[in-house]
Parts: sequence; C-alpha cells; structure tokens
Amino acid sequence: MNTGRSVWHFFASVKLALFLIGCIGIGAIIGTLIPQQQPAGWYAGVYGDQWARLILVLDIDTMYQAWWFNSLLGLLAINLIVCSIDRFPATWKIMRRDGLADGMKRFSGQTTGHHISTELSAGESVARTLSLLRTERYRPRSRETEQGVLIFAQKGPWTRCGVYIVHSSILVIFLGALIGTIGGFKGSILIGEGTAIERIVLRYTGELKPLDFAVRCNSFTIDFYDNGMPKEYTSNLTIIDDGDEVLTTDIEVNKPLTYKGITFYQASYEPSQDFIISVTNTETGASREFVTGFQQEVGWPEEDLSFGIINARAMGPTVVSAKLWFAGATPTGQWVDSGAVLDVETDSGSYQASVRQRFSTGLQVVKDPGVWLVYGGFFLLVAGLCISFFMNHRRLWILVSSKTEHTTELIVTGSANKHRPAFETQVERLAHNLSNEPT
Amino acid sequence: MDSSLLLGITTFAYLLCSLLYVGFSVFKPATVGRIATIATIVAVLIQTAGIILRWIESYQEGIGHAPLSNMYESVVFFSWTIAVLYLVIEWRFATRAFGAFVMPLAFLAMAYASLAPINKQISPLVPALQSNWLLAHVITCFIGYAAFAIAAALAVVYLFKYYGTRGTASSSDQTPTSLPVLDDLLYKTIVFGFIWLSIGIITGSIWANSAWGTYWSWDPKETWSLITWFVYAFTLHIRYTNLLKGPAVSWLAVVGFLAVLFTYYGVNFWLSGLHSYGSS
Ligand code: HEM
Repeated sequence: MNTGRSVWHFFASVKLALFLIGCIGIGAIIGTLIPQQQPAGWYAGVYGDQWARLILVLDIDTMYQAWWFNSLLGLLAINLIVCSIDRFPATWKIMRRDGLADGMKRFSGQTTGHHISTELSAGESVARTLSLLRTERYRPRSRETEQGVLIFAQKGPWTRCGVYIVHSSILVIFLGALIGTIGGFKGSILIGEGTAIERIVLRYTGELKPLDFAVRCNSFTIDFYDNGMPKEYTSNLTIIDDGDEVLTTDIEVNKPLTYKGITFYQASYEPSQDFIISVTNTETGASREFVTGFQQEVGWPEEDLSFGIINARAMGPTVVSAKLWFAGATPTGQWVDSGAVLDVETDSGSYQASVRQRFSTGLQVVKDPGVWLVYGGFFLLVAGLCISFFMNHRRLWILVSSKTEHTTELIVTGSANKHRPAFETQVERLAHNLSNEPT
Repeated sequence: MDSSLLLGITTFAYLLCSLLYVGFSVFKPATVGRIATIATIVAVLIQTAGIILRWIESYQEGIGHAPLSNMYESVVFFSWTIAVLYLVIEWRFATRAFGAFVMPLAFLAMAYASLAPINKQISPLVPALQSNWLLAHVITCFIGYAAFAIAAALAVVYLFKYYGTRGTASSSDQTPTSLPVLDDLLYKTIVFGFIWLSIGIITGSIWANSAWGTYWSWDPKETWSLITWFVYAFTLHIRYTNLLKGPAVSWLAVVGFLAVLFTYYGVNFWLSGLHSYGSS
C-alpha cells in the first residue's frame, strides 16, 4: 500500500516532468549532433571503436526509434496521466464550489474589500447590484443571511480546465502517433508514364506491399519558371479498382490524392530513356500515343505509318528536342522541341505529331489512420494554451446590509486565479459604479 | 524607389533608435526618450513599406508570393516583429526602460540580413514551398522567435538588476524595472512566445504532412524547434513549481533564445553537412 502510494507520488510529481523533459531534450540534441542511420563501420571511422560501440549499444545511430528514447516519451505520458488524475479532483472541487453557500466566510473577521455606503434601501441595492452584474455578463445569485443579503457571481470556472486540456492534448498527439505507427505504413513507388502498379516499397524495410487496387500514371509534367527553377510537378493518376477506372486526377506537390485511406504524394521523378510520341490524323482526327525507345521503329498499322526517334538533344538527363523520322517514299526527319507540335505530310496523309521524353513519377504512399487524432491534439493544445494563459476564473461576493434606516452598506470582494491586477481593476470599477447614485 | 533601399534605410534607422534608447537609459532626458519612440515608429513604418514593396515587386516579376520565403526575408520579418512587439510593450507597460536592450536586436537582425552573404534576391517558390501552411508556419514561428528575443533582453535586464542590487532592492518597488514587475513581464512574454511557437510547430508539421505525408520526421530543424519548445515548457514548469528561485527563469530565457538562434541559424550552418541525406 505504502509503496503504491509512493510510486503514485513519484509519477505525479512535476519534478519528474522536469527531469523527463530535460532528458528527452538532451536525447533529441544528441540525435541531431550524431548523424543517424549510418552503417556501423562509419561510426568507427569517425568516432573511433570505443565510441562507436557505445553509439551502437545505446542505439544512438537510430536515436528516435531507440527503445529508451521512446520509453522516456512513454514515461512522460504516464507522468502526465498520473499528475492530472492526482490534481483534477481538487480543481473540480473548486470549479463546483458553491460560492453562495460558503461565501460568508469571506466577510468574517477583518474584511478586506470595497466598502460602499448608499442611501438606497437594501432591497433596491440588491436589485441594482444584480442588474449591474448581469450587464457585466455574470449570472449572479443571492441569499438572505443574518448579516444581510449575500450575492455571489462568477465567470469562467471551467477555464481551470485549460491546463488539463494542454496536458491531455499531448496524450492525444502521442496516441495518434501510436495509431499511425501501428495501423499505418509509409512507402514509395516509381511509376512510369503509361504503366500501372499494384504494390509499393515500404520505407525502412524495403519490403513490397501489395495494394488492393492499382494506380496508373497517365502523364507526368514539370513546369519551369523563366529562370529555369522548377515551378510545379504534376502527375495525372488513375485509380483502377477491380478493373474499373474509378478516379482520374492530377496531383501536385502539396496536393495529394487519397483513396481508401491511402494517400499518394508527389515526391520525385525520374527521366527515362524512352519517348512518348503522339500522332493525330488531321483529317480523320484519329489519334494515338506510342511508347518507344531511342532509335527504335514503331508502327501504326491502321494508318499504315512507321516512325521513330533518330536523334535527341538533352540538358542533363532531360530531353529538350528530338528528331522525328517518318518512313515513306520520301522519308522525313525533322527536329521538334519536346512537347511542341509538328505537321507532317506522309504518303498516307497529313498528321500532327509531338514527342516528349517518358518520365517516371515518384510518389510517397502513406496510410496514417492516426493523423486526425494528431490534428485534434494540435487543436486541443492551442485551445488549452489560450484558455490557460488568457482566461481566468473570477469570483465576486457582495454583502448588502442595512446599517441605519437610510443607509445601506455594500462590501465587495473578489478573487481570481490569474491576471489578478486586471481583475482588481474590474472590481474597483464595479465598486465605483455601485457607489454612484443612480440618476 | 525600391524595397532594398527602404530596407537599407531601416537598418540605419534601427541603429539610430538603439542609440537613442541607450542615450535615454544612460542620461534619462525625457525628450530623448520621446524622440526614440517616434524614431522607432517611423522606422517600423519604413520597414513595413519596404516589406510591402518587396511583395509588390515579386508580383511585378511574375513570381508573386509573400516576402517570407528565404533566410533574408524571414530575418527582415523577425526584426520587424521585434520592433512592433517592442512598441506594444512600451505602450502597454508605459515604460521606455527596455528599448536600449530590445532595439539593438532589431538592428542586429537587419544588419545581419543586409551584410551576411545570403541570397537577397526575390526568387520564385519551388513546388514544395507553395503552400499557405508554410506561410502560416513562417509567420507564427517568427512571432514566437521575436517574443523570445524580447524575453531574452528582459532577462538580461533582470539579471543585471538581480546581481547588481543583490538583497538591496526593495520589494515594494513597483517601477517597470523592479524585479517582481520584470519577472511578471518576462513570464508574459515567454507565454506569448510559447503559444506562437506551438502554433508554428503545428503549422509546420501540417505543411510537412500535406507535402510528404509525414507530420514529424525528426529532421534536425524540426527536432531543434521541439528542443526550443521543451526549453520553454521546462521554464514554465520551473516557474510554476518555484523549484529554482530568483534568476532561474531569466537564465532559462537566455538559454531558450540561444536554442532559438541555433534552431534558426545553427542548424543550417553547422548541421547541414550532416543532414544532406536522410531527410527527404
Ligand atoms: C511536453 C509536456 C508538457 C507541456 C507542453 C506542458 C505545458 C504546460 C503549460 C503550458 C502549463 C501552464 C503553465 C503556466 O500556467 O505558467 C503547465 C502547467 C503545469 N504542468 Fe505541464 N506540460 C507538460 C508536461 C507536464 C507533465 C509531464 C507534468 C506532470 C507532472 C506537468 C505538470 C504541470 C502542472 C502541475 C502544472 C501547473 C498546473 C496549474 O497551473 O494548476 N506538465 N504545463
């Protein structure tokens, strides 16, 4: 029993919180100073064998996944829970306390507070005080006592919960992160234009994970600013579920696509050695796209066409223009900028053709069922901080008693758990208003 | 007239303001104090105009975005926020006692922005940076950082006063530089900064999640912003428990600001070599 109590007190203490926050902070610092996730030999090379062994034993090379680092976070969570359970009953009692029932205590002995005397009758004074409090948006209540009428009014008792909201928000965020880790996954995939994938590569393990639908990349485009910096990466994706094309949409950086709880983020791209040639018959409107390698002939039998890329100019890995060749009695070979349209006359008719390099789009694929809980925790954190820092619990007690036939005395006292100077000023103003004769 | 001229003038104006406040603190003539305040207001207006003009210029170049996208622009905003917050404090608490400590920070930030070898050009935004969450992230973080800068300046005043008057300061002294009043103001400034830093970390992680699907990846910058947040959470709890009395909160406010500087500056310059890989 006693050890139970002392364990409880240990976990309820703010000193433990300070210790844990300090340790987590130091651990986090070390994790930023010592490069993470290097091969074991790398540490020996940089820090020497002794230190390298220490680093590996303590999992400092994977600090933020280390069991002890996460145990510290777990202890912080336990600390928060126990501390809150330990303290909340007392807070609850203050919140629920009936200031009317035990308010007379404040007027026994030497009374501090504002003493006002007026020529109104006690009844009039009470009525006036009540209405004044109501205009200040209090909800006053009153009761008869031996010394006169006691009025009690309060605002914001619930704001005492602010700090509990802050602390539980951290637990909510932890819980959301845990749910995301257990019930979700993170991976990535490279999809060539025109192809579809049904599985992704998991981060960390490199395992293949099948999805229960397919994702096809229809096209990938990069826009550039005039100075050559990339402006936007866009992938046009189609989701194929059970053979049906259920959804086709563009994704961009910062504009992901979510399907069945799995989100696809535009992350990277890779140029390939292949080209995509699109050809349109200007008379019939027939149009098709062809994927082909460099210097490989492709055919479109329906139109009796044969063509290919015979030369290309590139900036780095990116093709800027290509020489497009069409077979025929008089074969043509013309340069065309990537994406531009070329008019071609062949033996079979007139066509428009364009060429672009084939890309693969790189997507991050994430399932995180905990993220909304994390966002909820974020909201609670900010709301709780604002409540606990900017709001307070204000209480007013006013005792109205007849002194003589013509004079009534009011004693105004108040208390606030925070922002006392501002509250004092309010109480003063209230007392001042009460002492002015109504006109 | 262009924005760089206005921001250049601002740098000198903040130097002048700093000198005026120092003059006021040392010699105490009320006129100097008043001139310092007016100079600061004018300097802030010039800087505001400079920032707005830079914004307009970015649209004229066809790459319009809020002027908060790189080191230079964020340091300018940092200095602007310090000056504005300082003016608010001067007005709310009716004291010019802190100008000599705070305004030099606004000046140093501007001086760093103009003299350091960092890119001052208006450049277009790469895809990852085109997000309103990022904008919210930069603004909120820098309001927090500016509050912490001011808190550190107040803490320095506190520490001077504390060690200078050890035991002799009267506890009934209620002037703005008396220890209890300073302590209260310091606490309020830290709280203000803490809320903004919290929102800053939150908006940053929401941005990361919308760009990469990971709201937290323990990247060094993220981690250091969390460490900074921990320092201030630690400070608030120390103050609540009264575990370490006297100047502890002030020392922690100084440490916290060093963590801010490291988060903002040090991570880029000392840790970047280590983390060119790893973070996606
Ligand atoms: C990262 C974790 C934490 C954060 C961000 C946090 C945040 C806060 C904040 C903002 C306050 C209000 C401070 C003020 O009014 O000046 C506070 C108060 C407090 N915290 Fe924490 N806290 C954390 C962890 C903990 C833990 C683990 C404990 C466990 C003992 C704890 C115990 C308290 C107590 C007892 C108070 C005072 C409550 C009161 O005013 O009645 N905190 N905390």
